[in-house]
Amino acid sequence: MDVSSMQATATAKREPLLSIKGLKTHFATRAGVVKAVDGVDIELGRGEILGLVGESGSGKSITGFSILGLIDPPGRIVDGSIDYDGFDLVSMGEEARRQLRGNDIAMIFQDPSMTLNPVLRIDTQLIETVQAHAEVSTAEARQRARDALVQVGIPSPDERLKAYPYELSGGMRQRIAIAIALINKPKLIIADEPTTALDVSIQGQIIYEVKQLCRKTGTALIWITHDLAVVAGLADRISVMYAGRIVETGITADVIERPLHPYTQGLIDSVPSHATRGRRLHQIKGMTPSLLNLPQGCAFRERCERATPECLVAPEPTLLPGGKSVRCWNPAL
Amino acid sequence: MPVFIINRLFQAFGVILVMSVLVFVGLYLIGDPTSMLVSPEATEIERQALRKALGLDQSIWVQYLTFLGNAAQGDFGRSFLTGQPALQLIIERMPATVELVIVAMTFSVLVGVPLGILAGLRPKAPSSKAIMTGSILGFSLPNFWIGLMLIMLFAVYLGVLPASARGETVSVGPVALSILTIDGWQHLALPALTLGLAKAALMIRVTRAATREVLPMDYIKFARAKGLRPSRILNVHLLKNILIPIITVAGLEFGQAIAFAVVTESVFSWPGMGKLLIDSIITLDRPVVVAYLIMMVFFLVILNLVVDILYMAIDPSAREKVRD
Amino acid sequence: MSTPTTVSPTTTVEETPFRRFVVQFTENRLAMAGLILMILLAIPAFGAPWIAPQNPYDIGALDILDSQMPPGSVAEVSGITHWLGTDSQARDVLSAVLYGMRTSLLVAFLSVTVSLLIGTTVGLCAAYFGGWLDALLMRIVDIQLSFPAILVALVMLSVLGQGLDKVIIALIIVQWAYFARTVRGTALVERNREYILAARCLSLGWRRIIARHLLPNCLPPLIVIATIDLANAIALEATLSFLGVGVPVTQPSLGMLIANGFEFMLSGQYWISFFPGIALALAIVGINLVGDHLRDILNPRNAL
Repeated sequence: MDVSSMQATATAKREPLLSIKGLKTHFATRAGVVKAVDGVDIELGRGEILGLVGESGSGKSITGFSILGLIDPPGRIVDGSIDYDGFDLVSMGEEARRQLRGNDIAMIFQDPSMTLNPVLRIDTQLIETVQAHAEVSTAEARQRARDALVQVGIPSPDERLKAYPYELSGGMRQRIAIAIALINKPKLIIADEPTTALDVSIQGQIIYEVKQLCRKTGTALIWITHDLAVVAGLADRISVMYAGRIVETGITADVIERPLHPYTQGLIDSVPSHATRGRRLHQIKGMTPSLLNLPQGCAFRERCERATPECLVAPEPTLLPGGKSVRCWNPAL
Repeated sequence: MPVFIINRLFQAFGVILVMSVLVFVGLYLIGDPTSMLVSPEATEIERQALRKALGLDQSIWVQYLTFLGNAAQGDFGRSFLTGQPALQLIIERMPATVELVIVAMTFSVLVGVPLGILAGLRPKAPSSKAIMTGSILGFSLPNFWIGLMLIMLFAVYLGVLPASARGETVSVGPVALSILTIDGWQHLALPALTLGLAKAALMIRVTRAATREVLPMDYIKFARAKGLRPSRILNVHLLKNILIPIITVAGLEFGQAIAFAVVTESVFSWPGMGKLLIDSIITLDRPVVVAYLIMMVFFLVILNLVVDILYMAIDPSAREKVRD
Repeated sequence: MSTPTTVSPTTTVEETPFRRFVVQFTENRLAMAGLILMILLAIPAFGAPWIAPQNPYDIGALDILDSQMPPGSVAEVSGITHWLGTDSQARDVLSAVLYGMRTSLLVAFLSVTVSLLIGTTVGLCAAYFGGWLDALLMRIVDIQLSFPAILVALVMLSVLGQGLDKVIIALIIVQWAYFARTVRGTALVERNREYILAARCLSLGWRRIIARHLLPNCLPPLIVIATIDLANAIALEATLSFLGVGVPVTQPSLGMLIANGFEFMLSGQYWISFFPGIALALAIVGINLVGDHLRDILNPRNAL
């Protein structure tokens, strides 16, 4: 079945590219059910850049893997829908999903020293990505591989093609991973903290280049990170995740300047800036709750300064003007 | 890289020297071989003459140095029993053993690796549990026991395969091979299966462990995220990575299998050097035992070296480590 | 995968590591079967002199007329029913198996215990003191382990000669190195932990640190290899005795019984070798089932 011809008929112009509703991904472990993702809603337009922010264990990476259908047992998508360009990714068959992966939706991983196969040459790893989705000759695929390396700004690409991953630096490897993600011209890229493992100087470069590439090619991007500062200059919109749920969504500038949710507020206050110079940085009190044993009601309740008795009931997302949404009984309006 | 090999060769030489001392001194303490060689009625003077003829009247150190000097020239002395050079006896028997071991190891890899991958891919499936339980049997049961059961089944009960000796051989140059005749294969089948089953069990466990280690790796998940077909992920991304431990273990097990052929050859009266060793130990034919052990030490040390070099050839990052 | 365990609030039993271990162990049916098998074999083996129908090594009680009888025959001379038949010297195979099992288990148990003690001491000393002592000891271990166990044992026995004690010594020489290497590996990890550093800062004596801190942490892997090694020792002893360089004729183990019956097997008198063979296999498999599951439980890498 040809994916591209199907999507042409299936999509209307103004439809969002990706629409996730009530996604729940749970892991059945010996100790109990871990609700890694527990009711996530995301909407993403074509070419839009979304920053998905949350601390480790908030479920942001699992959300990314759920979109790609890469959740392995004991994990399972137990509820919700993921609509991508007219396709229901949750109920879709594995082979159809494979054809989308790496072709329509690509992913960049966190640690570039782990994502490239250590025993395969770079050219093999690029060429196989092309040939998994298109019947092209190896020579043609190699040409595309070379072009992709040039596109992400890798010097002397012919030499790099013949190299093994261990011969390259971390930044170079991540560029190659990005080239692999871009090589089939996907409509959506999910980037899972792709700069966390890199030197700070290279981080900035990579963020800048990825943004340029997405803008140029019209590729939508979900940038997963624990660092609000990273997405501040990158994303069109920001979604903040806490304990498996999205607690706040809005235009980047709105979220950073006028956070509604107390957790977002806490995150912003803990980032050093000129305004906080010389003062003690804010710290969110308490610790991240265990996903096995979440507090009743709002998961942030026990750490929240604004908590009221009604927080014992979990709040639903409240839609506000300007495309904002917040999951809180006492938002800072 | 050459520096590394030279280094290792020196180490290997040291190990061989140490082992030669241990083997020689150890075996020197065995009972007097002359008692096995002369008739019980022989006089003490006849015994003395024999000891002198065999060089046994000298001090242990003189005997060792003489032995070492001769051994360096490939002379391990003559068998007390047949009077033939010990090394020649062993070399004559070597093709039978090597042939048996190669067939057994090939079998073990061909059977063990696919089953191990299967068990590693779905560790909780009943089929995987059956494979793993079977492999426990395969490597924990003594080799002679497996041979015995195979003989009972195929030779005694079904009567389809011969239980002992080597079959018809064809000479290829100086080497007699039985894998070129049907009769040869029939005789080879049970001993090779006996030796191969135990090694297959080990290959299953190594392959499974390697598979389980590689599967959760990010690069496998990344390969899936690239939309590669499952067959490609399995045959290239997984297999190329688990090949490293598999080749290492298979190489080292080759040496173990040659040693374990001692047992298999005894069960099946296979005329290899293992059978020769057991016979020589029982008859106190010291030069043959010493020659066998020195040859084995030499072989195992070289094998270890070859495996290390091979390892470097398949693991690109190991090359880097050595270069630094 | 087990279902999530929910602890009901009425349970007052405290969850200790040992209790959790017992629960996890009994959960596995295969391992329990192995344990029961071990017990069922060990009891009659060590009770052989009292429960065996016949003392197979009392030459006076044997009559050559009763030799090579198939299983289930009734002896003409003694009137005993030979459930597993008799061998070429008219010995009751069942009795011989029981006595043989006793010898096999005894040799294995003694050799594993002694090699465990030697190997643990060597491993702990190497890990704690480090330096040249560690380098020397581990060099010896490496060299020994690079040679096949069967060859080392064969050479030892050809040097020492035959005898029960000699077999035990040969097995100890083969096995101690495994224990030494495992213990050193575990102890080395533990030695660099902060609490050991703290204990050393308190200038506690090295004996106390080794015995109270290092040793307990090495116990789980030791239990696993000791169990599996018990099966290996039984198998190796049987192999050596089968090859004719192991136990003496007066105290035959299972391996020697199998060797004795081997020549009769091809003529169809399978029982002389077969039943000792089955007993041997059951003992080895039983121990391995237990050991394999112990490894799953006690290996922290496998813990969820």
